[in-house]
Amino acid sequence: MIPRRWRRWLLSGVVVPVASVACGFLVGAVAILAAGADPNQAYTALLQGAFTNRNAFAETLVSTVPYVLLGLGVALGFRAGLFNIGAEGQFYIGSLTGVFAGYSIHGLPGVVEIPIAVLAGMAGGFLWASIAGALKARFGAHEVITTIMLNYVSFLVASYLVDTKGLMLAPNVSTPKTPEVDAGAMLPIIFPGSRLHLGLVLALLAVPAVWFLIERTTIGFRLRAVGFNQGTARASGISVGRTIVLTMGLSGALAGAAGIVQVLGVGHHMTDTVAAGYGFDAIAVALLARSNPWAVLPAAFLFGALHNGASFMQLETQVSADLISIVQASVIIFVAAPAIVRWMLRLREAPMETVHITQREVETPVA
Amino acid sequence: MNAFLSQLDPVSLLSLMLITATPLTLAALGGMMCERSGVVNIALEGIMLTGAFIGYGVAFFTHNLWLGVLAAVVSGMIIASLHAVLSISFLVDQIVSGTVINIMAVGITGVFYRVYLEQATTAGPGTLPHWQIPLLSSIPALGPVLFKGQFVTWAMLILIAVVHFVLFHTVWGMRTRACGENPRAAEAAGINVYFVRYVNVVVSGALGGLGGAYFSLQQIGNFLANMTGGRGFIALAAMIFGKWTPLGAFAASLLFSGSDQVGSRMQGVFHVQVPLQFLGMLPYVLTIVVVAGAMGRAIAPAAVGRPYRKS
Repeated sequence: MIPRRWRRWLLSGVVVPVASVACGFLVGAVAILAAGADPNQAYTALLQGAFTNRNAFAETLVSTVPYVLLGLGVALGFRAGLFNIGAEGQFYIGSLTGVFAGYSIHGLPGVVEIPIAVLAGMAGGFLWASIAGALKARFGAHEVITTIMLNYVSFLVASYLVDTKGLMLAPNVSTPKTPEVDAGAMLPIIFPGSRLHLGLVLALLAVPAVWFLIERTTIGFRLRAVGFNQGTARASGISVGRTIVLTMGLSGALAGAAGIVQVLGVGHHMTDTVAAGYGFDAIAVALLARSNPWAVLPAAFLFGALHNGASFMQLETQVSADLISIVQASVIIFVAAPAIVRWMLRLREAPMETVHITQREVETPVA
Repeated sequence: MNAFLSQLDPVSLLSLMLITATPLTLAALGGMMCERSGVVNIALEGIMLTGAFIGYGVAFFTHNLWLGVLAAVVSGMIIASLHAVLSISFLVDQIVSGTVINIMAVGITGVFYRVYLEQATTAGPGTLPHWQIPLLSSIPALGPVLFKGQFVTWAMLILIAVVHFVLFHTVWGMRTRACGENPRAAEAAGINVYFVRYVNVVVSGALGGLGGAYFSLQQIGNFLANMTGGRGFIALAAMIFGKWTPLGAFAASLLFSGSDQVGSRMQGVFHVQVPLQFLGMLPYVLTIVVVAGAMGRAIAPAAVGRPYRKS
């Protein structure tokens, strides 16, 4: 028999998430049926688009990279009880500052140019997100509303900078876009014949780094303390306001890193159209991972596969790629309310519990 | 000077402000019913989007705009009941539940729009008729603003009064506020907290759904992806700025819609080349300023956002 401790871990760490994902696909199948299509066909196309050959698999990994970094960012915020819905905007601001550095520098080796561009992107994300952090710390403005509003503002900032002559608009282009980043700043391809770039390695390194930050450093301790109970944190001498600003900033820095890594690895420039949606999916990634940095990895991989397979599914069948939003939303419902899954699996009746995804107990404005 | 006056013609400005404040006010009223009973409803954005979509779809296929409005309201109530089940019965974090619904609304509207409406070639259902009250509408200045308009805007004006009356002058309103301030005390006083919260969340869905009908059936007579454009969140800011009161929220909504209107007219008036993007930012920046500025002084219902578990 499996030891009891392991069984509990298996149940909450493996069985419930896997069952939640399965239930999410089931809800998606109902939606496909309602849309008058064949779920079997749609899901086959989805799987084919995500995994069918080495190129499709590489593309899935390409989409996984931003999800890992963004998911880590949102998860970091959750651990301090902060709901960073602004990852999408921070992703854009990070891309902008990073791409600016990327095309401004010339002729240096990649080992110098890439870190400069990535750090510039992280700095952009950090500053942008700390606006929301500062507003919460200083005025108690709820970060959910401010980060969403900052998203819209960031889209307009991006459109302004990229569309305006003399700012970031590349000369002599038919559609507005920034100049290409310097060749040295482009992330090298690590899988010949595909678009899979060095960003995957960076994302894989970020996972233990964020875990270490949260679990083994003073900053991480303060962050978790604020997430558990702000009053207690304050009473034990932690500056709650400063921790909130820093956590939002770090969360934004990870989102900004996702943006610039995507630019340096895939597009090599920025356009003024905003349609990625990675930042919103990242909330689902972090929720599915229950804010555990290690669990972000499989969750991001799942979402990368969904993202990549969805476009193929839309091409092959009548089903819109928006279907994955339904699947994602259903997955989070089942993850956030394990009581539903337990009830469906007829598991032993456990006392109903609140899942502290954001670890917050009480939402209190900081005085 | 003439150009200046025609750009800032107060009557047309006021009536446009009132019209564009409609979905904001309705969603703010919905958020208020919800939060006064202790449940945060960040799902209003998704509720409005779904309402706009379902309302348009039903109006399109039945050729009846009123059935469309009804369907928008009902779909809002259905989505809101999901929020109620998750956040009240299953104790899911209310922000998580709301976020889930917003994501799902994008998916549902996207999937079904593509299948049923994207390739539709027949003419759309049009927009709700313009009504005017004879005599009253010919009062100079005030008349065209208040007594000429379309259904959803009129409904909003009436609902402001209704919500105000319900919240502050009825037993139900008192119970609602009790559940939002101190659910345990309310329970002890014999109030069924779950029931009160369920009803209020569903009512907020109806208000949000009606707000959604504004976009597709009153404003343009069509459905566009993500056509609510964050108005559900701006409405929550209006509710906060209005200190969780109907009249305050209405005034705040007018402020937001006014900033939108004035922003878009500024260019013509002052002949300054303000980039379009900055004008577009105005309502969002204003929302941030308002939420930051009002938060300290506006006191939220004490128990808002906290799941309640019967003892």
